[in-house]
Amino acid sequence: MNFDPLNAVLIGVVLLLAVGFYGLLITRNLIKIVLVLQVLVKAVVIALVLAGKDSGNLGLGQSIAATVIVADTVVAVVALALAVQVRIRIGTLDLSKISSLRG
Amino acid sequence: MTEYLYYLLLGLGAAFCAYRAMISKHLLPSTLYLACVSALASVTLYLLGAQEVAVIELSVGAGLVTVLLVYVLSVVGDDNLDPTSIIPKPLAFVLVATISILVGWMAFPLITTPSTSNEVMLAQVLWKHRALDVWVQVALIFSGVLGVLGLLSEKEHKIETQNESIPVAAELKKESHV
Repeated sequence: MNFDPLNAVLIGVVLLLAVGFYGLLITRNLIKIVLVLQVLVKAVVIALVLAGKDSGNLGLGQSIAATVIVADTVVAVVALALAVQVRIRIGTLDLSKISSLRG
Repeated sequence: MTEYLYYLLLGLGAAFCAYRAMISKHLLPSTLYLACVSALASVTLYLLGAQEVAVIELSVGAGLVTVLLVYVLSVVGDDNLDPTSIIPKPLAFVLVATISILVGWMAFPLITTPSTSNEVMLAQVLWKHRALDVWVQVALIFSGVLGVLGLLSEKEHKIETQNESIPVAAELKKESHV
């Protein structure tokens, strides 16, 4: 068995991705979906830095990770604002009820 | 071996907190568990040598996003809604396990001994090689802030216009408040 520390980081990344994907499949609450997306993005950020370190180009990995963090935060902020509007106008955060509405 | 155990414990802790955040019936504990995931991820990043990204992750992930989520919960309320999932949970588990095994099978052989050659500082990469991306990030932040302000101020504007169109009703409401 290879006890390279980067392998342990990769195990954590795969576990976080698995939990995130499972959450996306079973969650129907709009706010919780934003929360699960955050988990997925954290796994991706760690994977980017890990890839940068593995390839000997940590600066590039860090810069791309910073870009991903900024973009993800803006996505989360806008998604939460939309969720607030949906709750105020429709009265629910349940995705199945929202998607079954007729205009 | 010790370093391996540290990274493994951090990864397992982050995955456990993420799972607890996902299965929690209320949204406030989910938010706190997400902050824990962010803190553990930033520790991992710090140990990997990415100190700048670790600081950004900690301040944005465990700070800003947590505050935003708590604010949103204070507006919409912490509904106890956790309805049955769209697809059956066993099927979701099998799908995710298959995907995880495939990802691990593809990614693990790619890990080699890290090389230290060709190391470039983060500031140099950001301001010389990826300067355009930095300006795009600045524009993205401003557009996000403006979008949120527009979305959140829409309700107040609507209430104001409604009150203006029915002045008698607005006055009666004020009197009843007094």
